[in-house]
Amino acid sequence: MPKVTIDNITIDVEEGTTILNAARKIGGRIVPPAMCYYSKLKGSGGKCRTCLVKVAQSSAKDPRPMPKLVASCSTPVQDGMVVQNLTSPEVAEARKGIVEFLLLNHPLDCPVCDQAGECDLQDLSFGYGMEETATEDDRREFPVIDIGDKIKLHMNRCILCYRCVYVADQLTDKRLHGILYRGDVSEISTFIGNAVTNDFSGNMIDVCPVGALTDKTARFKSRVWFLKPMDAHRACGKCPGKVAIWMFGNEIYRVTGRKDQFGEVEEFICNECRFEKKEPGDWVIEGPRHIKRQSVISANHYEEMKKQSIIDPIAGEMNKQE
Amino acid sequence: MDGKILLANIDIPGIRGFDVYRTHGGYAAVEKALRHLSVQEVIAEVNRSGLRGRGGAGFPTGLKWSFLDRKTDKPRYLVCNADESEPGTFKDRYLMHHLPHLLIEGLIISSYALGVNTCYIYIRGEFKYMVGILENAIREARQHGFLGERILGTDFSLEIYVHPGAGAYICGEETALLESLEGKRGNPRIKPPFPAFKGLYGCPTVVNNVETLATVGPIISMGGEAYSKIGRGKSTGTKLISACGNINKPGVYEIEMGLPVEDFIYSPGYCGGISGNKYLKAVIPGGSSVPILPADLILNTARGEKRLMTYESLADGDFETGTMLGSGGFIVYDEDACIVRNTWNLTRFYHHESCGQCSPCREGTGWMEKILYRIEHGQGKMSDIDLLVRVAKNIEGHTICPLGDAAAWPVASAIRHFRKEFEDHVLHPAEVLSKERSLLKVF
Amino acid sequence: MQNNVISHPQFTREGKKVAFTPEVLEKVHCLMERYPEGRQKSALLPVLHIAQEELGGYLSVDIMDYVASLLDIQPIEVYEVATFYSMFYLGKMGTYVIEVCRTGPCAISGGEQILAHLQDVLEIKPGETTPDGIFTLKEVECLGSCGTGPVMQVNTEYYEKLTPGKVDKLLEDLKEYADRNKPGESTWMEKFC
Repeated sequence: MPKVTIDNITIDVEEGTTILNAARKIGGRIVPPAMCYYSKLKGSGGKCRTCLVKVAQSSAKDPRPMPKLVASCSTPVQDGMVVQNLTSPEVAEARKGIVEFLLLNHPLDCPVCDQAGECDLQDLSFGYGMEETATEDDRREFPVIDIGDKIKLHMNRCILCYRCVYVADQLTDKRLHGILYRGDVSEISTFIGNAVTNDFSGNMIDVCPVGALTDKTARFKSRVWFLKPMDAHRACGKCPGKVAIWMFGNEIYRVTGRKDQFGEVEEFICNECRFEKKEPGDWVIEGPRHIKRQSVISANHYEEMKKQSIIDPIAGEMNKQE
Repeated sequence: MDGKILLANIDIPGIRGFDVYRTHGGYAAVEKALRHLSVQEVIAEVNRSGLRGRGGAGFPTGLKWSFLDRKTDKPRYLVCNADESEPGTFKDRYLMHHLPHLLIEGLIISSYALGVNTCYIYIRGEFKYMVGILENAIREARQHGFLGERILGTDFSLEIYVHPGAGAYICGEETALLESLEGKRGNPRIKPPFPAFKGLYGCPTVVNNVETLATVGPIISMGGEAYSKIGRGKSTGTKLISACGNINKPGVYEIEMGLPVEDFIYSPGYCGGISGNKYLKAVIPGGSSVPILPADLILNTARGEKRLMTYESLADGDFETGTMLGSGGFIVYDEDACIVRNTWNLTRFYHHESCGQCSPCREGTGWMEKILYRIEHGQGKMSDIDLLVRVAKNIEGHTICPLGDAAAWPVASAIRHFRKEFEDHVLHPAEVLSKERSLLKVF
Repeated sequence: MQNNVISHPQFTREGKKVAFTPEVLEKVHCLMERYPEGRQKSALLPVLHIAQEELGGYLSVDIMDYVASLLDIQPIEVYEVATFYSMFYLGKMGTYVIEVCRTGPCAISGGEQILAHLQDVLEIKPGETTPDGIFTLKEVECLGSCGTGPVMQVNTEYYEKLTPGKVDKLLEDLKEYADRNKPGESTWMEKFC
């Protein structure tokens, strides 16, 4: 089994494991952020470039460093590889640049965005970004559209991670939407105003790292941090039926997949569970869901949380190490 | 020039047709390779020749071939990259237009060496007229038994197909090209895996440039050893240079590697000097994506040696004071050229051609274009110049494919060498704009 | 300077019946055979070129759906490709599409003036079509003709070393043939197989 060292922590992993997944095995803060990679979607990753890391030593056989930073989500480890993530100032600098690019045309409409509070881009910019923007140009604007009666598309917020396209490719019977046009005017669209209605299309909402795809049945109902996430299940013929329901009092405001500490759903759920089962009687409620991720959802919460501040400023950490 | 290898017969009337090409020694290399040389011997000749990829990266061709996965029982493919779209580069178009059979010959020999039975020529869609020329050449070659089943009575069979693109610079990147050939958007693939293992249709694939493949025939004819003696050091053989810009004689020239840049610009056999007897201001020697150099640094290296047309000499001084041979798209600027306007123009190109897949290139190219537009149109700030440098640095090396680098280098190098001009645009916009005639030719 | 508000036109299925003639269809099948079994999607770019040329000069949704059915792929796969490549047009174009190169080397040799001249003469901006429907003006990036610039393509035919005078003459010639095919103009159909 190849041995890989990431930020001075060594671990044995299976042949063919990527650097990112090796880091996830170690866990904690050395895990590079990923905005486009999704372990459950084949072919995803490599696009957002936030997970770039430095390979200080390629392998035991070839101790040379790799000339460029590499995308940790798509680079397999080799035995004896030495990787720097938080310990490399070069990576910190590059990542700051990537965050700046991702935010360049992002509307920063968090105050009116349903994703706020559980948004990967918010976390990313808080953790790795700069305090101010250098751009003085207008941001790109697309009209807000419905893709079907259950899903809203805010193309302005999209970071083109392609995850929703992989969901449509891999989970639904036929893909109805895709990436159109190219460059910085490319957009997610059905091109002809088609409704995306396949049984598992709702998973596009869960995999979306930002507020580009949101659940119309839950839109503007409540901030996520005012809701109580509960594990629940039901017997469903189409999917495993294991979900997180988000409650306000005794009302179910929305239903999502159960997300793990890396923000990925544990199991994809069907549209019926997601959109149509909004009565507490529809579900067997297992109990409060522990939100493993750094999240404002857990900040003032009913559930006992670790008191430590979860996000230290990365810069402070870097200074300590130096 | 004496010692032309690729273009030796270019002036012979009718050389585009099979019969004339054949009577002037055409297809002798195919006969030699298929009848008298083993696969290993052909590869050995290419290795010995020291041939390096002519598309821009300059990677040794023999080495690239050696990576091809021969262990699998999947079919292998050879794809000829004829998606020539780098601004300043028009050598492949010239070669295919005049000598299509030279390319076909190279494809046959290379396919034989690589164990390939299907070969695609991916040509940019704008070269629609060329599709007919190539298809015609392929038809002629098949009629004469050089393509199809059991070529020349050997066990080797080969089909060549022409596949047009449809207007996307990015498809010149080899994995984007393969995606496009599979009928998809031209999004470059994440590497690894490399095409040598998983290329076209997931099969082992070699992608080579037109000029590279066209050189294989002559190498087999003359022998790799003899080819390697031409040129200088690791830059063996000859190179097609497409010269354009403010020179007296734009066109495609075949030069022996090692020719001094000064001779190339001023000698009557090549560019013939700067048009209108003006002074030389700057040169982009290898297609628009390589760093621009001011006159003093393009003629002589920082160490005071004469700059030569080789991979090594042009790169001497790295990016601080050097550049790259690239694809051989040699763009010359005279004293009146406005570097700011030119840089804005090229950045607009990369912005337009970015596939939009990865964030640094998708967002960064557009941002740089906006900033450069401001500066060029007299609305820039001094801080914009440093911002440009920072944005270029944040793109460079952080993207999926080299288009990010290609977009960043022209900006970074223009500011490195012509910072004063950018500052002038900011400080004295009215003055600069009033006298600016740079890209304003008067007919 | 580009506009920051991106509103791509929304397209609709008109439900018009479109189909290639038997000759064209034969060529399309010949093209599909050039690619291995199960890889017919590869023929998408050449088939779209042919479709655009044979079925009215641009790719309507109905045409793209038809091409998708021929190649046995999802319509969205065709839309994705058609919107990516700059040679495919999604809306009605003039009889002649004039595409002027605007990239560096052409710009030094007068490309910007040629474009300005065309705008003056045709009284339209890039992206627009003349009211009589004869000319559409477009700016394009490098056409690989840097040594013979300024250059433009008219319906994919090259016109090089342009001057304003040459452009005027060409426009006149083109107008004369506007109601029929210009002599010497070749089609994608006759390139293959």
